[in-house]
Amino acid sequence: MYRNATRDFVVGLFVLAGLGAVAYLSFSVGGLSLGSNGGLQLYATFDQIGGLKPRAKVEVSGVRVGEVETIGLDKDLRARVELNLEKDLKLPIDSTASIVTSGLLGDQYISLQLGGEEDVLKSGEEITFTESAVILERLIGQFIHSTDVGEAEK
Amino acid sequence: MIVDAIRHLGGYTSRFIDELGRIAVFGSQTTVAAVTPPARVRAFVDQVYNLGVLSLVIICVSGLAVGMVLGLQGYNTLVRFGAEESLGAVVGLSLIRELGPVFTALLTTGRAGSATTAEIGTMVATEQLDGLRMMSISPIHLIVAPKALAMIAVMPLLSALFIVFGLAGGYVVGVWVMGLDGGTYVSSLESAVVFSDDVLGSLLKALVFGVLVGLIATYRGYTSAPTSAGVSRATTSTVVVASVTVLIFDYFITALWGV
Amino acid sequence: MEASPHAQDAAVALTDVEMSFDGRPVLHGLTCSFPRGKISVVLGGSGAGKTTILRVIGGLVRHQKGKVMIAGQDTSRFGDREMNEIRRKLGMMFQGGALLDSLTIFDNLALPLRERTKLGEPAIADEVRKQLTAVGLANVDGLLPGQLSGGMIKRAALARAIITNPEILMCDEPFSGLDPISVKRIEALLRRINRELGITMLISSHHIPSTLRLADQVILLQQNHLAAGTPEELRASKDPRVAEFLNEEVDETLVDEDMFRSIDPERAPQARHLR
Repeated sequence: MYRNATRDFVVGLFVLAGLGAVAYLSFSVGGLSLGSNGGLQLYATFDQIGGLKPRAKVEVSGVRVGEVETIGLDKDLRARVELNLEKDLKLPIDSTASIVTSGLLGDQYISLQLGGEEDVLKSGEEITFTESAVILERLIGQFIHSTDVGEAEK
Repeated sequence: MIVDAIRHLGGYTSRFIDELGRIAVFGSQTTVAAVTPPARVRAFVDQVYNLGVLSLVIICVSGLAVGMVLGLQGYNTLVRFGAEESLGAVVGLSLIRELGPVFTALLTTGRAGSATTAEIGTMVATEQLDGLRMMSISPIHLIVAPKALAMIAVMPLLSALFIVFGLAGGYVVGVWVMGLDGGTYVSSLESAVVFSDDVLGSLLKALVFGVLVGLIATYRGYTSAPTSAGVSRATTSTVVVASVTVLIFDYFITALWGV
Repeated sequence: MEASPHAQDAAVALTDVEMSFDGRPVLHGLTCSFPRGKISVVLGGSGAGKTTILRVIGGLVRHQKGKVMIAGQDTSRFGDREMNEIRRKLGMMFQGGALLDSLTIFDNLALPLRERTKLGEPAIADEVRKQLTAVGLANVDGLLPGQLSGGMIKRAALARAIITNPEILMCDEPFSGLDPISVKRIEALLRRINRELGITMLISSHHIPSTLRLADQVILLQQNHLAAGTPEELRASKDPRVAEFLNEEVDETLVDEDMFRSIDPERAPQARHLR
């Protein structure tokens, strides 16, 4: 029972510092958000999602506004993606969701282009216009194929 | 000769299993003691000081150093693929998923774990634990449980601090020395790290390691031979056994959790 | 029911107790009893088993055969919980004091009261101060055990052992490692405790002069041999082994037994034969 006020204070500081580090890693670095339910829930269907993964970011004009919640298949076997976005986001109903790659070899994410209509999308609604992911291998395949054809035509 | 070797192996195995059984009993006694009132708050706080605060220097300095090395090695490797912009992600993921919890556990074993074993072992040798028993006070409740609990509580905190200092070290090397853009480092880090997979898994690992080191360190002290040679043997054993156990468990947690 | 070889007023009685450590026998079918309210001293050379007897009675080690009766109950098969109940009647003063080195003397003495009684802090403080004054340590209560001399540690350990008012006090080598003045002091304290509080005392020692002065009953423990009686009876004994012991031991008391405790017999084989 070695009572020492200084020691207690130091222990308190240590715990605060440790918890602060945990908080930094969880929220700032790890992107944990409290109250993630209650955001704007939208759906988008794609032919091809490429390397898109859950928790991939969703951005508007380059600014992150949310993330991919779940990815599944709809009844036509197309990829149905659920997006969890900021509650107050006002997205016109004719906006487009495209799957883009960050850099040349980076991760894939969703970029939203704003439409022109007045009405905005409400939680649970579907984004009508979508652009699927570009698969690099197909591009290269097309390129090689077109060169071959070019050669053959010569 | 072969027969002898097999007999030795059998002996080893049965002793090993014996030991595992004893540790399990000890572990359950400690767990029961931990949840039985009265709560030993004073002892717990004292132990958080001894195990946590006193380990701060070595943890933070090592974190910084490891982060700097990661920054250097990471940059030199990534630059070959033109991917040096991902340095933040590389440093961050390495630290958070593996190096943070594992390094912290190994360093803590060496400093705090061996100190705990020596402390308890010395109490055995000087009959202090017997003295408690004769006063109908459970040594496990008064002495062992607070130490083990403190180790469990302290490990995730130290691991997080190690990681944060490591990230800073990576920043120092990547941005100040190698000339990367600071914003790129941070955004690469933030976009690559996901709480549920990476950070949570990291904290979980640290917690499990805390349990392992706490259990092994206190057990070895508690069962050490009551001589100074016995105590020193127990202390060495703690460092060796705890380190190896941490590394083995690291593999299994990584494999099972998918961290 | 077989007739008990022990007196009716024995506070503690051992019957045919055998105790071995790692196959090495220490107690061979020991039968003896310790009368209530009297000071009994177990005398013997190093390794004869004096400390082991106290540890067996206290339940710190489990004997292989025989019966140990404490206050009328056979504790041979007692588990921890039952043993803890019995220990309420016991107090033990360890050879090295066994005080918790991270607590002050005050907290060390207060510990059993805080843990085992429902007394409030003021009452506990009173009791602790009273005991410390009784053993002459009133002004060191704020110190740590590491800051005390050997004699002071023993006195503090004694105070801690009796602070809970035990019926039976066991002292393991209370005189070892002390200068002659401190020895006399401890002797006086023990005598006073016995006379004033009527506590039964079991003392293990190899310090012959104090033993003969203090004891109501002496149990002389040698390899495979036991002699019991009052100090006068022992002194007058015609048994050559007893006489030899009483004479030889006078020299051995000058050697501090603590010297041997830190030598690990496995590492220093030569030291073994010294024991």
